[in-house]
Amino acid sequence: MSLLEIENLSISFGGVKAVDKVSFAVEEGSVYALIGPNGAGKSTIFNLLSRFYEPLSGKLNFAGNDLLGLDAKDIARLGIARTFQNLELFEHASVLQNLLVGRHVHNTQSWWRQVLFTGSVVEAELEHRAKVEEVIDFLELAHYRNQVISGLPYGVRKKVELARALCVEPKLLLLDEPSSGLNPEETEEMGYWIEDIRRDLNMTVILIEHDMSLVKEVSDRVLAIVNGKVVTEGSHSFVQSHPDVVSAYLGDMQ
Amino acid sequence: MRILFKTNYKQDLNLAKHGGHRFWYGLLVLILFATPLMLDGYYVGEATRVLIYAMAGLGLMVLTGFTGQASLGHAAFLAIGAYTNAWFLAQGFSSFVALPMAALLSMIGGLLVAIPAARMSGIYLAIATLAFAIIVEDFAGHLTSITGGNRGMMVDVPMLFGYKIRQSWELYLFVLSILVAATLLVLNILRSPLGRAMIAVRDSEISSKALGVNPMKIKIFAFTVSAAITGLAGAFLAHYMLFLTPQIFGILLSIQLLLMIVLGGLGTVHGVFFGAVLIGVLETGISISKDVLPSSIGGLPGIEPFIFGVILISVIAFEPNGIYGRWIKIRSYMEFFPIYRRKSFKRQRAYLKTERLR
Repeated sequence: MSLLEIENLSISFGGVKAVDKVSFAVEEGSVYALIGPNGAGKSTIFNLLSRFYEPLSGKLNFAGNDLLGLDAKDIARLGIARTFQNLELFEHASVLQNLLVGRHVHNTQSWWRQVLFTGSVVEAELEHRAKVEEVIDFLELAHYRNQVISGLPYGVRKKVELARALCVEPKLLLLDEPSSGLNPEETEEMGYWIEDIRRDLNMTVILIEHDMSLVKEVSDRVLAIVNGKVVTEGSHSFVQSHPDVVSAYLGDMQ
Repeated sequence: MRILFKTNYKQDLNLAKHGGHRFWYGLLVLILFATPLMLDGYYVGEATRVLIYAMAGLGLMVLTGFTGQASLGHAAFLAIGAYTNAWFLAQGFSSFVALPMAALLSMIGGLLVAIPAARMSGIYLAIATLAFAIIVEDFAGHLTSITGGNRGMMVDVPMLFGYKIRQSWELYLFVLSILVAATLLVLNILRSPLGRAMIAVRDSEISSKALGVNPMKIKIFAFTVSAAITGLAGAFLAHYMLFLTPQIFGILLSIQLLLMIVLGGLGTVHGVFFGAVLIGVLETGISISKDVLPSSIGGLPGIEPFIFGVILISVIAFEPNGIYGRWIKIRSYMEFFPIYRRKSFKRQRAYLKTERLR
């Protein structure tokens, strides 16, 4: 059985069918890419997976759990973490605090222990910190550890958001346009990290991406979506040369 | 400038990060406790009022500053605390019963508001809390058997172990000890996962949800903690006032509290104290200057809200981070002298958040 199975997923906003009977499955340990022109419904699929939107119909199954029976706040606990297309960081907190919020699902201390800051809370905090430091080392964020987000450049924010998702220690990582706004060197770096995340951290990754060279480099399978409908699915070279994909991006050639 | 050598993650968990913190904050607390020795009765009373403001501001800061939920109705929690405290003392209970009951009842009030209010945000929340404050004020006016209605209610002095606290310096020390304890509690919350979740809900509710934080729960928690601390402040306000009428707890008091934490610096514990001192000094200053100024100016109605309004607008225009924000700048100017750059604290451009999911 695949880690994530999506069947006949549909949602519409007003009269627009943003996602129309989309089905696909993601194998554990793979990197899966969603491509398609702007407005194709890629981010909407992520927001459906995060349970921010209620689908009209369809099934969402993650590691044997039916996601539709859950609330948005319970998704992270199952082991799904995500980044956002337009960066949703905690602007007025430090990088370290942002990453520690990523540890929230692993917090088991009761509220009154936290208010009194008892010994067990101190111990738990030290463990969280050690875990966060691993991620900081991994993404080379040590330099920015105590800086407040609102003073950081865009590329670093992008990394912090990825780091925050990694702190959740998810099974499935949803990356919404990880390379948007990054320069070519940073994009290349991002490619290596996605590779490392899959290989060393054993996470399954779904990414939405417009940079085809990055998609080619990291992804095992690619799903092309146009106007909410699946056009084709397969290996990168197969999808890229598919006539419907070409016409969606470049227009008809007649 | 000071360079910290960190050898242990535990150092980051300490409230006082280095010797300088321990020394200066220790000295500050010591001076605060010794203040009654240095001032005469009237000014000890004024200082008590500042401490009570600080306690109420601390409560509001938890909700507005750290969780991002604007409240225009915190005077209601002050009122609940004040009347509960006064009523229990009037029944012959000691402060050991009256104070916790004041906090508890205010907390229950907070919970009642929080359950619907946690679904609201921004201007709607402000209006809902404002409505709550008006309801509480009206209740206080009509429940004549408990509150004495509009004719008012005398407040007994606090009583501990059968000892009645009559002197102003005794009340001052009592308020100060509770305030120190409340501040430590809030600092604890802020360095624990709960505090981080509060800040997460404030800055981006959507991504806090995606990380497994339950925003409803966090908001309700913030509301109850906030109401409890503000209720305690209300209990002490009753002792300071000695005589309670519903009019004390009007909209102006709520606005004044909000003004206080914005002036001091929203989202910082320091800001609460800076704001409380500023408002306290201003009020005392205005009432003194009223006597000095010719009655054509000093006797003008609404001179206080006018002055507060002018100050609020200038703070928002010139120093949105409040007095504490300004202090940080001055401190780093001195630390980095002569290489401080004016642009150090220039705000980076805020990246657009289009397509926000809300």
